[in-house]
Amino acid sequence: MFDDLRDLYQDAIMQRGRAPRHGTRLAAYDAEARGDNPMCGDRVHVFVRHEGDVVAELGFEARGCAISIASADLMAEAVAGQSHARIAEIAEAVERAVRTGVLDDPALEGLRPLAAVHAAKSRLKCATLPWGALKSALEGSVRS
Amino acid sequence: MNAIGKPGFDVARIRADFPILAEKVRGRDLVFLDSAASAQKPRVVIDAMVHAMEHQYANVHRGLHWMSERTTEAYEAVRDATAELLNAPDRSHIIITYSSTAAINLVAQSYGRGILKPGQAVVISEMEHHANLVPWQMLRDAHGIELRIAPITDAGELDMAGFEALLVDGKVGLVSITHMSNVLGTYTPAERIVQLAHQYGAKAMLDGSQSVVHRRIDVQALDVDFFAFTGHKLYGPTGIGILYAKRELQDAMPPLFGGGDMIRSVSFERSTWNDAPYKFEAGTPAILEGIGLKAAIDYVQAVGFDAIAAHERALTEHALSKLSAIEGVRVIGRAQDRGGVLSFTVEGAHAHDVATLLDRQGIAVRAGHHCAEPLMRRLGLDSTSRASFGIYTTMAEVDALADALVRIKGFFS
Repeated sequence: MFDDLRDLYQDAIMQRGRAPRHGTRLAAYDAEARGDNPMCGDRVHVFVRHEGDVVAELGFEARGCAISIASADLMAEAVAGQSHARIAEIAEAVERAVRTGVLDDPALEGLRPLAAVHAAKSRLKCATLPWGALKSALEGSVRS
Repeated sequence: MNAIGKPGFDVARIRADFPILAEKVRGRDLVFLDSAASAQKPRVVIDAMVHAMEHQYANVHRGLHWMSERTTEAYEAVRDATAELLNAPDRSHIIITYSSTAAINLVAQSYGRGILKPGQAVVISEMEHHANLVPWQMLRDAHGIELRIAPITDAGELDMAGFEALLVDGKVGLVSITHMSNVLGTYTPAERIVQLAHQYGAKAMLDGSQSVVHRRIDVQALDVDFFAFTGHKLYGPTGIGILYAKRELQDAMPPLFGGGDMIRSVSFERSTWNDAPYKFEAGTPAILEGIGLKAAIDYVQAVGFDAIAAHERALTEHALSKLSAIEGVRVIGRAQDRGGVLSFTVEGAHAHDVATLLDRQGIAVRAGHHCAEPLMRRLGLDSTSRASFGIYTTMAEVDALADALVRIKGFFS
């Protein structure tokens, strides 16, 4: 019945948006940052815990739309176990994906639902909001 | 053939005057419920602007040639049409600006800095568009003016007792209140606002950006000192706005921008100003936009505000009843006197998701804070979706909105 709505709001986006798996503040974290989109009032607060040079775990608190929350939740899984350099590459791949609709890094299959945001230009900032907050968090942490 | 001159109100005929309404969006008929942001343009407006560019265009006011004289006449006609639209005493009360925002800033900067004294206060309300808030904050910070915020009730109406309480100490020099909320659709009691302002020695301004589209405005009956509106919400072009200002106030106010057209004579030592309203109109004006706005005003006048108001009242009542009947959809505000602007929330769905899902079904609404962040905070909301109606909106479109919201509710549950 909702086929015409499903191109953007795929099951992954809807489920993650409604019940994110990583939508909590970490009990212990060593980097954090907030991001907000004043246009719609969406807010995200990202918490990161490192192990050595890699991000071991990411949690977040967010108030926002399904796309921004789903993006944060998928982000948490994509960056776990990754170095800052690799996370920067992943964030760039997401940026390209939402702009072009093409996810060009085969290692990032889990982020594929975000590429659909390409179809709604006015929503790109919703998808990229948590990634901007993560960038700020990592820049603010001592590791680089 | 257009709707002008036809007896009664025939929305199908009106729609035929707006070429864009024949467009398809995502393969569906466009359901345009975002007129409060900017309205669509009737053929007569498009034709008037194209005709000027093709047949009758030159700079205005200073040319001594045939084209300039004719263009000046066509452009200046918007001042007469506006004076008639607002029932101003005469055309000299009409200052042509670039937007409502520019009109309000003109009052804030010229009347605010030139006439108001540091220590005096300006009163606005909790339900202002940022355009009627930020200019006053700037005046406050630059000129030592106190800014007072009149409260609204939980129903989304101006709290008149709270408003009056801000006036009683006699320090208020100017009141500037929206005539119709762009978020809640609430009409404010303009006559009473102006009366109270005057009673306590303040001047009164109304931001008529929304109201002028839906209701007949009579600035003399209201006795309002300033009234601002914009062209593009009134089915005219962007880039042109109007400030009605009582002539005696204009005479006392200093010009804001210096340049051509606003001067009488210029030397290196000094310049003297042109008469009001021209002393507020520096530089080449929005000539084509003035010609377009004149055509838009003629259009709505010919349709008639009684018919427009009746049509939109019926749409609003229908929409209120349809939307309120959907479980989980909440219409924001319960004002007694409200027009065709409805903000709503859908339980479990963010306003931006709602707007995107409506768009997927060809329905254009606005979502967000609607340039009224403090109002959103007052209402305890981050954002809402907003449907707004125009002269061309149909009952079927309201039904389409309600049906789509039912689908979206299902989608999110």
